[in-house]
This record gives sequence, C-alpha cells and structure tokens, in this order.
Amino acid sequence: MSEPVARIRRALGTWDAVVLLALVAVAVVGALTIEGVASPRFWRFVVLEAIPIALIALPMTLIVITGEIDLSVASVLGLTCSVMGQLWVSGVTSLPVLILLSLLLGGALGAVNGLFITGFGLPSLAVTIGTLALYRGLAYVVLGDRAVANYPTTWTTSAIQPLPGTTIPWMILVVAALAVVFAVVLHAMPIGRGLYAMGNNAEAARFAGVDVRLTKFWLFVASGAMSALAGVFWTLRFASARADNGSGLELAVVAAVLLGGVSIFGGRGALLGVLAAVALLGVLRNALQLAYVPANTLTVITGSLLIASVVGPNVAGMLRERLRRRRTTAPTVSPSS
Amino acid sequence: MPTPLLTLDGVSKSFGAVAALQDVRLELHAGEAHALVGENGAGKSTLVKILAGVHGPDAGTISLDGRPLQLSGPADARAAGIAVIYQEPTLFPDLSVAENIFMGRQPLRSLRRVDYAAMRTRAAELFARLGVRLDPDRPARGLSIADQQLVEIAKAISLDARVLVMDEPTAALSGIEVERLFAVARSLRDAGTAVLFISHRFDEVFALCQRITIMRDGRWVSTDPAGTLTVDEVVRRMVGREVSAMYPKQDTTPGDPLLQVSGLTRHGSFTDVTFTVHAGEIVALAGLVGAGRSEVSRAIFGVDRHDAGEVLLDGVRLPNGDTAAAIRAGLALVPEDRRQQGLVMELSVERNTNLPRRWSLARAGLLFGGAERSAAATWAQRLQVKAGRLTDPVSTLSGGNQQKVVLAKWLATAPRVLIVDEPTRGIDVGTKAEVHRLLSQLAADGVAVLMVSSELPEVLGMADRVLVMHEGRLTADIPRTRADEQSVMLAATGQAAAA
Repeated sequence: MSEPVARIRRALGTWDAVVLLALVAVAVVGALTIEGVASPRFWRFVVLEAIPIALIALPMTLIVITGEIDLSVASVLGLTCSVMGQLWVSGVTSLPVLILLSLLLGGALGAVNGLFITGFGLPSLAVTIGTLALYRGLAYVVLGDRAVANYPTTWTTSAIQPLPGTTIPWMILVVAALAVVFAVVLHAMPIGRGLYAMGNNAEAARFAGVDVRLTKFWLFVASGAMSALAGVFWTLRFASARADNGSGLELAVVAAVLLGGVSIFGGRGALLGVLAAVALLGVLRNALQLAYVPANTLTVITGSLLIASVVGPNVAGMLRERLRRRRTTAPTVSPSS
Repeated sequence: MPTPLLTLDGVSKSFGAVAALQDVRLELHAGEAHALVGENGAGKSTLVKILAGVHGPDAGTISLDGRPLQLSGPADARAAGIAVIYQEPTLFPDLSVAENIFMGRQPLRSLRRVDYAAMRTRAAELFARLGVRLDPDRPARGLSIADQQLVEIAKAISLDARVLVMDEPTAALSGIEVERLFAVARSLRDAGTAVLFISHRFDEVFALCQRITIMRDGRWVSTDPAGTLTVDEVVRRMVGREVSAMYPKQDTTPGDPLLQVSGLTRHGSFTDVTFTVHAGEIVALAGLVGAGRSEVSRAIFGVDRHDAGEVLLDGVRLPNGDTAAAIRAGLALVPEDRRQQGLVMELSVERNTNLPRRWSLARAGLLFGGAERSAAATWAQRLQVKAGRLTDPVSTLSGGNQQKVVLAKWLATAPRVLIVDEPTRGIDVGTKAEVHRLLSQLAADGVAVLMVSSELPEVLGMADRVLVMHEGRLTADIPRTRADEQSVMLAATGQAAAA
C-alpha cells in the first residue's frame, strides 16, 4: 500500500530536478536554434533581468510555504525607487546611506503588511493587494511623473560591473550569498521546520510551540527589505528612479515561485526549484525575444507556463491526496459519545 | 401499549474494529417523550446518526408503523418523518430565518420564482404554532443557539416530522431557554409527535420524559418508565461495570507540587479553576464532553490565552499564551484531536517527532540530517512505532501508531509535567494498554501527569486523584480511595458536589 505513495513522493521530491532539466533543455535548444543565445551578451541580459526577480523570490518562497502571499513586492520596489530618488535630489549623496535608508523603508513597508496580516488576522492576499495599490500610489505622490536620472556614473556602472573575465554581473554573487542564507534558514534551521509545519497545519504547529504569527510577521519584513534591495538595484541598473519602476514584477516572482514547485496552498516546495524556475523563465523569455517571437505570443507562452506551473505540481499533489484519502477514510472513524 | 411508531431491533454498527452499537433496541411511541442516556462513548450519537440516515446499520431492522424502513441517506429519514435537532444547529448564517426553514423546497410562483411572501407567511405560522416570537425575515447570523434550535424545530414541523430526535439540545442553553424549548417539546409531544431526548442532565430527563432507555458501551441496558427509576439507579446502570485489571497504575508517593493552577479563568469556557499536580502523581480531569476540560489544558499550555489566574510550573509562573515558553519550562500537551492538533499529517514521522525540540536538536543553529534521524529513530523504537520509513508521512500510519508518534514527540522533550487529553481515544486495546503502562512509568519516574479522559474505567484505573469539571467549574477533587463511578458521574452531571 505504501509503495505507490513512496513512488509519488520520490517523484515529487525531484520536481526541482524537472525544472533544472527544463532549464538546461531550453538553454541547449535555444543555443542551437536561435542566433545569439549562445553569445555571452545574451547571458549577461538574462542575469541582469533575473537579479531583482531572484532577490524577491527568496523571501516569497518562504512566505508561500507558510500558506501566505505578498503581492505588494513590486510596489515596495517602486516606492523605494521614488524615495531613494527624492532623497538623492534633496542632497543625500552617500550611496551606503541611501541603501541603508531604502532597506529600512522596505522593512517598514513589509512590517505594515505583517501587522495587518498577523495582528488583525486578515488574509495576506487581500492585505497585499491593498498595499500593492497603496504603495504604488505613494510612489507617485513622492515623485510624480518625474524621473531622477542624474546619479553618478560610477554608481550606475558599478552596479552592473561584470565579474573579471566574464560578462556576468558581479551582483549575482550577492544574490548567490543571499540564496545560501535563505536556503539554510528554510532547509537546515529550526525556523524552516516550523515554516513547513505551519504551512501544512497551523493549528498543529501552534500546539508544537511554533510562534506562527511572529514568524510570519518577520517574513513580511524580510520580503519588504528584499524588495527594497531589488529597487536599489533597479534604480542603478537603469540609472533611473521612476514611480512606475518594476510595475507588474510581482506576477513574474509568483510565477517563478509556483513553477519552482512551491504549493500555493503552502507546506511544500524548495528553494532550489524556485531559483531554477527564475532562470528558466528568464532564458525562455529572452531567447524567444531574440527569435523575433511577437510580444503577444510571448505573453501567451508565459501565461501558459504559469498555468502549467500551478497545474503540474498540484496534479501530483491531488494524486497524493487521493491516495491518502483512500487510505484514511475507511477505518479511522471512531465512535464518540 | 399500542403499536410503536418507530422501532429499532437488534441494530449493530461497527467502525473498523470498533463496535459502536451492538444489538440495540428502542421503541418510540406517538405522543411520548423518551429519554436516551449513557456515558460518553455509550453509542448514543451513533444511534442518532443511524436514525438521521447518516450511517446505515450493519445489522438489525428499523421499522415505522410496523413496516420496515430503509434509510440510505438523510433524505430518506426526512421523507419518513424523522427530524434531528443537534446540539449546535448548522444554519446558513447569511440567509433569512424563513429561507433557512424552506431551504431546498422553497414555495414557488410562476417561472420557478421563489414566492417570498408565501415563505414568510408560512414561517410566521410555524412560529405561531410553536408559540415563539421570531422574525422570519431576520438573518440567521446572530441568533442564539436556542433560537437556532427553534428554527430547526420549525423546519421539522414544516416537514410534518413524526419523530423528533433532540441530541443534547440543552447543553448550551440557559435556564429560561431550556424552559421555552421544553414547552415546545411538550406541545409537540401532546400533538402526537414521538420525541427522543438525549441529555446528560437528569433533572431535565425526569422533567420531560415518560420513559428512559439506558445504554452502556454500545449496548442496550434497560428501558423503564421514568416513574420507576431514581437518579442514583440511572447512574448505576450507566456506569455499572467492573474496572478491569488492565490498568497498571503503580502506587507512588507524590513529591513536590510541579503544576499549580490557581483561579484560572477564560470567559465563556471555564471559571476559577484551581488545582495542583505533584511529581509522580497521575491526576485525572473527568467530566462530560463540553465541560471545559480541554479548554483548561489548552490554556495551561498557552495555546489559548487566559483572562485571569495563573499557572506555576515548579513555582515559576508561565507567561500567558506562550506555548514555546511552556515547552521550555518542561510542559508537554498531548492534545485531544490527534489529526488536527497533535500531528502535521503531511509531514514525515521524523519531522513530526522532532518538531517541538527542533531548537535543542540544532548544533550551532543548524540541523543535520543524521542527528534528526537518529533522534527520531530512538523514540520511534522506544515507543515501538510501527512505520514503514521514518521519512513517510505520518498520515500513512494507523491511529494507534500516530498516537505513539504524538507521545514520542512530547516525551522526547523530557517533560516534567505531561498533560494528556483523551490519550487512548480511537486506538485499539493493545496500544491502549501500552499507553497506560507508559503513563504509569512516567509517573513513577517523577513526572506530574494530568490526564483528561472521558472514559471512566481509565480515570478510575489510572488516577491517584480525580478532579471533576461541570459546566466550566471544578466540582470535585476525589482521592483514589474514594473515587468510584457514582461519585464521579454525579459530580460530572452537577448532581452533587462531592468532597
């Protein structure tokens, strides 16, 4: 009886591998069939585009595993860009100070989300849709239609400086280091065990001494701070702070997290799959652009992938659930008073 | 006596290996209120579910007016004129009272439009017949439980119910509400309805019912006119069985007070609960379902906050509503609902076993697979958990083995005070005995054990002292030597405040 279950479990355990394989396949097929995909320049752009998505996807993975979601991330990014631009215009000329203030702002915006969600027990979907609009609106209040673009070129070039001997931007090392931190927290620390527990069954987690509300609160703070970091990178990469920076980026992040095998219902998923999915979506989009696939078709393809990303792991999950039901419904009903 | 309206004969029902009902008989007459009493687990609710068509009996016959009746679903029961009022009715909160009454069979106008005017008028007529004042147009949300039950009764009458089953309807009602419910029940009875009344409150049973059927351990014990019985006799028949020798409680000398609860209050759940559990002692917390026992243990453990009072563990006050702090202080709770509270069913045996002590298993803040696995394996072996692999989801285990995982997970934290809530509910006899041996061993090792249990034999067999709760208050503290079925049952039903 446990043999098919074990087999499905093993298959689920390798969802990371499926995404990684798809990434390699798309890269190889792209390089062989599409002019330019094999070039170092191509990979430079893929990485530049993937950096902000990856930065935000790290905390988003943990949040979705606990059964919540943060849709305000792109608006936090935009508001950070606006405030950073306004501070620069007002005479704050130290980059470390600007970065520090941005991270503090992002953390505070995340704390507002966290407070509404854990303090008042509101659903994160509703709260962060609200702050998605609110924070973007505030970004326009701060900067209006202006673009702040007169940052020192040393700043803007340093942000996208390649690693010596390659075309890959050095920021990828920052992303890698942060990815290691998040992976260790999720997969090798007591906190991570609690995240999976509360994502599957918050009540049982509470009975085991997991502080569900406090943990979630800090996750939203982390999400805000990481979105702010992505905002700083965004500003410097494009040498431009505008209120509409990163509009719609939350969907790219959520798509990558779900395609990476994280269950939208919480409790399942791993960071490796999510990072592979960020890369897969980036390579696919850029390769298709190079192949002159029309923008409309591109949208259809990414949309279909998003659907597939939700359906794929969930079909496996449903099979698992059905097996579990079949096993448990029959004999465990106990007579009560 | 005339032909009974409804007859159950030789009805049996099993769930897996557990026999919930064996050879049960019951006769209900038109114009009679009939009481069904028994301990928790005596099979009353299973019987109600069979009458409601929720479960089909494995054996035996049900007949209505002398003709056999086949109930293959709740719709059949309704069509046969059997209506069931539950302790907590489930109405649609955002629909009006009238809409709730006529749900699924609304009066219609042309073009299949709902005739709201007719619905309202008919609902008002029903309430007039019952002699209650309820506005048919108001939404069901915000109705008291008593009013919700009246809506259900109105629904039953509108269906021309001939048999009205009331499953502990008064458990959540105040005195005045009970009076009103009884007035309605009496008028229905006098109009020829057969009423089956299930209650733990003997004063109500004797006030309303002509005959009393007593059940015990899923079997019929007796049916007699109420006038020939006394409360003591009913209690004796409800519990009258030998406490078997399967309870291996060793005699221990109580040590220092480890768990001190004083004045603990949570509004709406329990009031001013004060008691002490000493090292090496097993203290049972007995009472009826809904008396507030689980709520007290949750509040002690910090899963729920309390409104007043305090909890001391070895003299140190536990912070209110902080489960992690309670665990650190040496408290453990094996909760009532294994599947919802005790375990994360989708996670592995290993992850579940290690969850409460994930911090202490970490080295330099990090968890290493090997340490986790050997920690889980040690406890799985010590409690003889039968699992395929420790990495299998705990949902693949049998109920008894799941309960062992819950015990393992808490014993692994080396608790000084262990609270177990219904530790043997729904598990097989063999595992039950193992659990009892384990609890006894823990007490012998100096752990203070607080055991919430609805099983009287377990309570009397295991406990050094029996605390009894009734409606949110402690009503008795009975030492082992003086505890017996009657003293506990009387205190649990609020009949006597035993010493």
